Amino acid sequence: MSAASHLPGGGASAASDDAPRKRGLGGYLLLSPGGLWLVVFFVVPTVTLVATSLYDPSGSLQLGYAMTWHWQNYTDAVVDYGPQLLRSLQYAVIATIACVLMGYPLAYAIAFKGGRFKNLMLVAVIAPFFTSFLVRTLSWQYILGDNEAVVSLLRWLHVLGPEGHLLATPFAVITGLTYNFLPFLVLPLYASLEKVDRRLLEAASDLYASPFTAFRKVTLPLSMPGLVAGTLLTFIPAAGDYINSELLGNPTTRMVGNEIQDLFAAGDYPTASSLSVILMAAIVLLVAIYVRRAGTEELV
Amino acid sequence: MSAAAPAGAAPTEGTSAGTDLVLRGLRKSYGSFTAVHDLDLVVPSGSFFALLGPSGCGKTTTLRMVAGLEEPTSGQIMLGGSDVSRLKPYKRPVNTVFQSYALFPHLSIAENVAFGLKRRGKKKVDAEVAAMLELVELSDLAKRRPAQLSGGQQQRVALARALINRPQVLLLDEPLGALDLKLRRQMQLELKHIQTEVGLTFVHVTHDQEEAMTMADTVAVMNKGRIEQMGAPEDLYENPATTFVANFLGQSNLVAGSVVEGGGETVALDVQGTRLTAPRARLATDAPQVWVGVRPEKITLTRAGSPAPSAAAGNLLAGGVVTDISFVGVSTQYVVRMPWGQELSVFLQNTGAHERLVVGDAVDLHWSPDHTFCLDASQDARAGVEEDES
Ligand SMILES: Nc1ncnc2c1ncn2[C@@H]1O[C@H](COP(=O)(O)OP(=O)(O)OP(=O)(O)O)[C@@H](O)[C@H]1O
Ligand SMILES: [Mg+2]
Repeated sequence: MSAASHLPGGGASAASDDAPRKRGLGGYLLLSPGGLWLVVFFVVPTVTLVATSLYDPSGSLQLGYAMTWHWQNYTDAVVDYGPQLLRSLQYAVIATIACVLMGYPLAYAIAFKGGRFKNLMLVAVIAPFFTSFLVRTLSWQYILGDNEAVVSLLRWLHVLGPEGHLLATPFAVITGLTYNFLPFLVLPLYASLEKVDRRLLEAASDLYASPFTAFRKVTLPLSMPGLVAGTLLTFIPAAGDYINSELLGNPTTRMVGNEIQDLFAAGDYPTASSLSVILMAAIVLLVAIYVRRAGTEELV
Repeated sequence: MSAAAPAGAAPTEGTSAGTDLVLRGLRKSYGSFTAVHDLDLVVPSGSFFALLGPSGCGKTTTLRMVAGLEEPTSGQIMLGGSDVSRLKPYKRPVNTVFQSYALFPHLSIAENVAFGLKRRGKKKVDAEVAAMLELVELSDLAKRRPAQLSGGQQQRVALARALINRPQVLLLDEPLGALDLKLRRQMQLELKHIQTEVGLTFVHVTHDQEEAMTMADTVAVMNKGRIEQMGAPEDLYENPATTFVANFLGQSNLVAGSVVEGGGETVALDVQGTRLTAPRARLATDAPQVWVGVRPEKITLTRAGSPAPSAAAGNLLAGGVVTDISFVGVSTQYVVRMPWGQELSVFLQNTGAHERLVVGDAVDLHWSPDHTFCLDASQDARAGVEEDES
């Protein structure tokens, strides 16, 4: 694929024909700020996190922790917080699907029908970022509140019972997640839809493909890289989120993020860390399976 | 050649029976700019029709309207007796080989070629695809992606992808432009072969006049959104109706002259005080002022005052001086300056029959009256000169 030429490996091997040593050194020099960044802000914290997850849980922040290779932290975490972990992944999947259902048509409309309003519409998609995440989520408390228009309307329509409510339900949490992460799906998706060559769609229609078939056979596959990137950017942070559950949920909608947050607040660093590692591992596993299934190795 | 259209006849009068492609008053405007002006033409079913013209003259626009990718501003497109002007592209029995190829980058070559068949619900396409890839000599590359192919290979995929559908009309937008000469000649033969074999109607757009003339039954020369002239290749070459066609299709010497006597089968012309004659049938105008034209290869040179060779006897322009000679293998091209300052070209075959001339030699130009044509003098004599010499 054409994108293959952008792979760093391809460029480097071609360039290394002449004066390989100099080029190699230059490459490492260019890599070093990023590498340093990774070491300081990713490798060190991850190692620390994994180490902390194996400390003796009877210690405390004041008295210090002893490294006892306490693997039982992991079984404890799974036993105690398994339901929250599953719930997190479940909410994140549902929110991601909701984002795709809303975000794909939106990105498609902006890319294909936006005309000269494209940029304006993109700004509108990002506009919510100008206010704080917290404030935006809080405002959903108001929107979904029992005495507000939405609930009143739904009660009047008998979609909700007379005592039915939206706030403090799984629905509210997933709505919050969907709302907060929608732009992360729309932007990369828009970028890859925008790149789709319109002449390919003409060729498809010349070759007996109706507009819908042309979408299914040409536009959709060509937008897969953006769709995969967008869903990852939505799913991963949504699975670790705790704000939406905190502000829009109830004790039965607690997600793993809430538990980790509480454990840290209570000073139980080892359990919090092991739960974090488990969450991380679960996400990496799911993402790996997903990316493989989506066949993006070929498409990106 | 049996399917050749009646040259230059008013096409709207013809019946549009059978599966002819008929364009009636087809026009396309972009804002105030009109890319195609009220095009009227009939492409007989099963014929090879070439649309020839300089860049930007509206060839692609015309094809796009026939394919349904561009909506005509006005006019009609009839195919097989029914009006398809408002039909969606995917419902028209027409396929296009795009100038930009437009291959699907996410599909393999074989999948690209199978695309049209699959869309029409065909399940077993492998054998057909393989045969088509064989035809365009790409069997080895069936599993590759378009980006892994050279320009010429991509072009052949584009051809295979359209051809496999056996449409009523195949539109080819410069389908051989990226090929080297050898492959191009080979593909020309192949295309012509396929076209006669399957009996498809081909509308072939090209810059390359040689390609148009060797392949097509009918050639239409297009200029600035209009068809200047249409007819069988030989006819167009021998009887250009406008200065544009005279210059764009091959080369022509055009000299200002006037008709002095035009009663009978031949007309007498006055050119810079010399009397020439031409067949009445080759007069493309009734006006007294004309451009007197003769193709460079029809002229014979002799040293000043020598008698004319018998084949080229009749018309004589004397007093020329050779100013340039270029040897191009099969022929030698001379530039001769005439007493009134105009430079004319003369191509002589390198058969050994001609005397060697050098720059500065005084020469006379001889040619047969039968090879003389006359065009309306109100046109620009240089229209269409050196637009494209590929
Ligand atoms: N969408 C458009 N908007 C405005 N003008 C256009 C548009 N498409 C084509 N044109 C103009 O119409 C004219 C004909 O274009 P067209 O593509 O048909 O040329 P062509 O004969 O195919 O040329 P070439 O041999 O270079 O491919 C050109 O002058 C072009 O600038
Ligand atoms: Mg064109």
